[in-house]
Amino acid sequence: MVDLGVVLAGVTLKNPVIPASGTFGYGREFGELYDLNCLGAFSWKGTTAQPRTGNPLPRIAETPCGMLNAIGLQNPGIDAVIARELPHIRRIFQGPVIANIGGATVEEYGENCRKLEDAEAVALYELNISCPNVHAGGRNFGSDPKSAAEVTAAVKKAVGKPVFVKLSPNVGDIGEIARVCEDAGADGLCLINTLLGMRIDLQTRRPVLANRTGGLSGPAVFPVALRMVWEVYEAVKIPIIGCGGVTTAEDAVEMMLAGAAAVEVGAANLRDPYACKTIVETLPAVCERLGVKRIRDLTGGAHR
Amino acid sequence: MRQTTFTIQGTRALAPEVWEMTLEGDTSGITSPGQFVNIALPGRFLRRPVSVCTWTADALTLLVRELGEGTRELVRFPVGTALDLLTGLGNGFSVSAIPDRGGILAGGGIGIAPLYGLARKLRRRGTPVTAALGFRTGAEAFYVEEFAALGCEVLVSTEDGSLGSKGFVTDLLSSRQEDTYVCCCGPLPMLKAVHALPHLTGGQFSLEARMGCGFGACMGCSLSTWEGPKRVCREGPVFAWEELLW
Repeated sequence: MVDLGVVLAGVTLKNPVIPASGTFGYGREFGELYDLNCLGAFSWKGTTAQPRTGNPLPRIAETPCGMLNAIGLQNPGIDAVIARELPHIRRIFQGPVIANIGGATVEEYGENCRKLEDAEAVALYELNISCPNVHAGGRNFGSDPKSAAEVTAAVKKAVGKPVFVKLSPNVGDIGEIARVCEDAGADGLCLINTLLGMRIDLQTRRPVLANRTGGLSGPAVFPVALRMVWEVYEAVKIPIIGCGGVTTAEDAVEMMLAGAAAVEVGAANLRDPYACKTIVETLPAVCERLGVKRIRDLTGGAHR
Repeated sequence: MRQTTFTIQGTRALAPEVWEMTLEGDTSGITSPGQFVNIALPGRFLRRPVSVCTWTADALTLLVRELGEGTRELVRFPVGTALDLLTGLGNGFSVSAIPDRGGILAGGGIGIAPLYGLARKLRRRGTPVTAALGFRTGAEAFYVEEFAALGCEVLVSTEDGSLGSKGFVTDLLSSRQEDTYVCCCGPLPMLKAVHALPHLTGGQFSLEARMGCGFGACMGCSLSTWEGPKRVCREGPVFAWEELLW
């Protein structure tokens, strides 16, 4: 028997597989397909103080081995999520929920998180300071070390549950941002968010996305994400959730070897709605084949 | 929604770049005309959403227009190719919402596909159906005889007048002065023009969008309606006349 359990800043997950924010909604659609309790945790759709309608269509474009999205943080707002989604989430998933939180100001992050302090389902916060599609929606916080630290410190002051910061890959030195977040009190990090990209339609000679640019995800970004997890693992001591292009159980193992304590699966859910379930089911056999008895021993295993 | 493997039984050309594909597999996930399937293609990351034209218990017919490299490949896969499909996606046309006196099914180009399945349902119910079909040219017309064979009154318009009357589907409809219930699928300008016709008493409109997942997870196809944001893939693709904001 392989022990798949992992620990993130004191929160125990029965396995390291976490659907990534923005690819899993609030769990409703996937809850109709399979029992979500097979998952280690799940990270809900990035939620802001006010409801957001998002960007104009088209919001989606295909790329080689991946996709671009420019959703623009569409969400019903934190109060509606607490009133309507949280009770439903509790019914379909009894494991730890990761509350992905967006904000336009430093204060908004803290206030959104504080509203969830009493929500028993929410085990930890994931601050989205890295959405590439909303100009006042976190991107500036994520690309500037000073504001990344400010947001982190403000939320840490406001709440007691563990705070993870989701980092942008669209920066010069991700290790530096990781370090300032750690210094500001972050309990962990999640990386990477999507890479800024674009496509142009040959017929119309216009960008495919109405927002012109969007965030690249899918297998195309896996090696980039892996390299950044590697760098951040060398830079900080706090746990890392590795995210970016993970599609198979082997990818998850590779991400952990680079330094991830747990793994988020994003775009893969959109092509294959059973992707996370399949990874959870395949992990034990992959670990056995590799002679791994406790999956948490893999974390950082490639650094020697 | 169901994830099912289907096998290509046959593909035939209907018009330039328009194909009819028959796929064999379990269609029990499909409940109404106007729903769509989402097809995974080898080597392409996103699935391709395609309206269901008609279906039986163990086969479905799709009309596919070549829009890009993915669909160009899809229609050229040999008979026997296995395809991974998500079926029964979205809310199709509500047959019960269509009045017994009948209505007009207005289709432009490949938008005709789901209307044919709807026409079949309505004709079986004994409802009179007028099919208003628009094409760019007569050479690009398809399924005209198929609608006629169902016992529909068929009106055709082409932009160059090479078949039927010269003009657009809206011209076919605006010549009718009586109150009209319409079910519509086609390019966005056509949907908007039909939606704006003064003598509509109601209707249903099938929309198209670039989709990420096709089952409501990614919000990639969400648009604003009078009743708040709705996803083309989940609450749609068919929307009621009164909810559309454009």
